[in-house]
Amino acid sequence: MISRDPTLFAKRKRANAFGLTFSLVAMSIGMIFLLWILAILLFKGFSAISPALFLEISPAPGTPGGGLANAIVGSLLMVFFCAFFSTPIGILAGIYLSEYGDNNKFSQVTRFVTDIMLSAPSIVIGLFVYAIIVYQVKHFSGWAGTVALSLIAIPVVVRTTENMLKLVPSTLREAAFALGAPKWKVSLTVVLRAAKSGVITGVLLAIARVSGETAPLLFTALNNQFFSTNMNAPMANLPVMIFQFAMSPYDNWVNLAWGGALLITFAVLGINIIARVALREKVSV
Amino acid sequence: MTTTMKPMFHSDINQGNAQSAQGANVSSNTPTVNAIEIKNLNFFYGSFQGLKNINLNILERKVTAFIGPSGCGKSTLLRTLNRMYDLYPGQRAEGEINFYNENILEPGNDVNLLRSRIGMVFQKPTPFPMSIYENIAFGVRLYERLSKAEMDERVEWALNKAALWNESKDKLNQSGLSLSGGQQQRLCIARGVAVKPSVLLLDEPTSALDPISTAKIEELINELKKDYTIAIVTHNMQQAARVSDFTAYMYLGELIEYGKTDQIFIKPAKKETEDYITGRFG
Repeated sequence: MISRDPTLFAKRKRANAFGLTFSLVAMSIGMIFLLWILAILLFKGFSAISPALFLEISPAPGTPGGGLANAIVGSLLMVFFCAFFSTPIGILAGIYLSEYGDNNKFSQVTRFVTDIMLSAPSIVIGLFVYAIIVYQVKHFSGWAGTVALSLIAIPVVVRTTENMLKLVPSTLREAAFALGAPKWKVSLTVVLRAAKSGVITGVLLAIARVSGETAPLLFTALNNQFFSTNMNAPMANLPVMIFQFAMSPYDNWVNLAWGGALLITFAVLGINIIARVALREKVSV
Repeated sequence: MTTTMKPMFHSDINQGNAQSAQGANVSSNTPTVNAIEIKNLNFFYGSFQGLKNINLNILERKVTAFIGPSGCGKSTLLRTLNRMYDLYPGQRAEGEINFYNENILEPGNDVNLLRSRIGMVFQKPTPFPMSIYENIAFGVRLYERLSKAEMDERVEWALNKAALWNESKDKLNQSGLSLSGGQQQRLCIARGVAVKPSVLLLDEPTSALDPISTAKIEELINELKKDYTIAIVTHNMQQAARVSDFTAYMYLGELIEYGKTDQIFIKPAKKETEDYITGRFG
């Protein structure tokens, strides 16, 4: 019979209780603020949710009513084009880093730069695009906004794609090579397919990230009081509209800002939930 | 290369073994041709030498088994035969591996084409994340342009070859991952057979499977050797004895003994081989 030390066991139990308590406290602090934000948004923004919010354009100063149709469409357009450009660029770069780069200098530098871009303040990116596009063509535009958002989204897609592809076991690659498949075919049809749900998650998270960005749009797409789908002209968008309306003295503008904030928050929440579900359903064809 | 009728064995093997091996081939009424001739093969993982001066011939339409304790180089040897090691920088092979007169180690050879002629099945089942049908069609499409009907026929043929058709014919569009482990491994064999290689390399194909699936795969090997040259690495000596015509015993990167399987298992020429086979070592 092995003699067990009861004090050792009691000590371990105490340590366990201590650790558990602290992690619960830490978690609840986070949860409290999240729920607080959601509650206030629902409370203040819910009254602004009406058909007019989606159908009418932003009102002129002093005029009652109005909606955010121009900002919603503008945001959707820019986020759509951002996803359209950054998904292939990000996925291809991720494939390069995971499958081709090994550890050569070029991929090391790419990885390093991507990491910096991931944490770069978005206002810097906004200013950068202002300098290289807006300043050159002398006007704000939806395209400039799309470029700024893409610069934020691409690094997210690159890193998640790379990480997800690295999780694919090398035995699967070898099995494809063993049939005589060339490398590009192995990467695109077998490895990428095996990591499909993870890569989609990365794209969705990138979209969620950019759809709430304000600073990069402030210097690029600016805003537009009127309904416009011209990507070459200044374009209304939810974050900047919220920023301007929330600071305004008009009650209906402030109210619309709450409505817009609620809309954008739940859109981001929805995208995140979809991303998590996509990641969970790993085994699928 | 000389188109010798007499298989070339490791120099340590006495002439009698070689002759009896030849005799077996004559009696089964197939001309003895070397599918693969390995000459003075050395293999390096960086500075570590994984294979030391290997010389042996793998006969056409025979099953050759490689046995030996873990780390003896048997999987390494198999992976040189389709140049799988090429995927990893720092690994290199020296010497000659003649695959029907062509030295596959020569630079400039099309490795992909080579791999379509020397197929491989791995230890763990590795179905691709696509349907059963697509798993098989994937490899075929790489080198052949087939009509839909021809492809259907090829898929059925390959699944039949791997004794999986009856179990899978009603769910060809389901994911390959939906099959059981043993079925997945047979799918991998079907996939390898579908591209019509001349050699199949099996790297411990049953070590992750239950006894019933193992028995099925062993039956399959017996069936496949009518059309294919098979090289199998196994940790299971009974398996080597059951399925192979020739057996090579390796230890620490060296080929210790190579000959007819009966000979190796009943009356090995070397003391080391006997110790390993009887379980006194390894």
